[in-house]
Amino acid sequence: MSKANLLDRRAVVSELLRDRKGAFAIGGLGASTYDIAAAGDHDRNFYLWGGMGGAVMIGLGLALAQPTLPVVVITGDGEMLMGMGSLATVGLQQPKNLSIIVLDNEAYGETGGQTSHTGGTADLVGVAKACGIGDSRAISTMAEVEAFASSLQDVTAGPRFASAKIDGANLERVLSSRDGTYIVNRIRGSIGHTPI
Amino acid sequence: MHARAETAASWPEEIFSILQRFEVRQVPYVPDAGHSELIERVLGSSSMRGIALTTEEEGVALLAGAWAGGQRGVLLMQSSGVGNCINMLSLVQIFRLPFLTLVTMRGEWGEFNPWQVPMGSNTQGILELSGIKVLRASRPDEVREVVEAGAAQAYNACTPTAVLLSQRLIGAKVFTK
Repeated sequence: MSKANLLDRRAVVSELLRDRKGAFAIGGLGASTYDIAAAGDHDRNFYLWGGMGGAVMIGLGLALAQPTLPVVVITGDGEMLMGMGSLATVGLQQPKNLSIIVLDNEAYGETGGQTSHTGGTADLVGVAKACGIGDSRAISTMAEVEAFASSLQDVTAGPRFASAKIDGANLERVLSSRDGTYIVNRIRGSIGHTPI
Repeated sequence: MHARAETAASWPEEIFSILQRFEVRQVPYVPDAGHSELIERVLGSSSMRGIALTTEEEGVALLAGAWAGGQRGVLLMQSSGVGNCINMLSLVQIFRLPFLTLVTMRGEWGEFNPWQVPMGSNTQGILELSGIKVLRASRPDEVREVVEAGAAQAYNACTPTAVLLSQRLIGAKVFTK
């Protein structure tokens, strides 16, 4: 399955979050949540184990609520394809502190590796650009990942979108908490909100 | 074109005041004629942000993010939109969200368009099966207290709530050539 010159998903996510400062990280249903967990648990990690297609919108709600803090959505191609309309919604809102990166293995890795639309005709960078996300780019090197990681700290120049073609190998799952109330209340606690 | 019930203070205006009082900040919506006055008020407000969606399920996810970020929101949609939300409503239970949605009803009370009837007939059932309490307002003079009760239980008790705004209240859509 592995092709040459494709990025390693864990290396990409680890680099994105290495110097995250106060950033919130939302992981889409599937392997991207495991990648975020593998990079290290954090009280501002928003792990998703369901709600497929909702990662970008969760990022948008959080970004609008906390405009001075960086928000990064790290999701897969299948999850992004299911919520493609949300790119139009982000394009309309223009949240300056929101960054979205798709880890694109061109397949539904969790369900047996069936080919996704990005392995055929769909171009998510083109979709994001056409939806009004001006800073939309394809990433193919770790240097570009590093540049994206530092740009996501700039909360005045978003929204931004990137798609990184990654190696399709299924890696060992790193399981995060799957207790949604715990995950959300921990994020709330990190910005000073007490339980009801 | 809608035949609207006339009241002294319009019920959409009353809803807007309640949302202000509860410090609602994010108002995702898919446009509906029955919500048009409220949407206009929200878009003209300095304390609330109206967020146009491409499909209603986006609004459920948006409100989860808003809550994580410390803000309250309300989802405005039409009864057919409830069907679009079903899987995403999992988030409401999983995150124990203070979820509030105001749903304008179609497919009942003098409906002209048969395509609205199947989803309109199932709206309440789907919401209840999804763990959401359902309240209903059918007359202009009861909108204020019903929406107030819905907002209070959603935001104070984290009890997910939908308020159905009856087609009887809104007026059946009139189709003319």
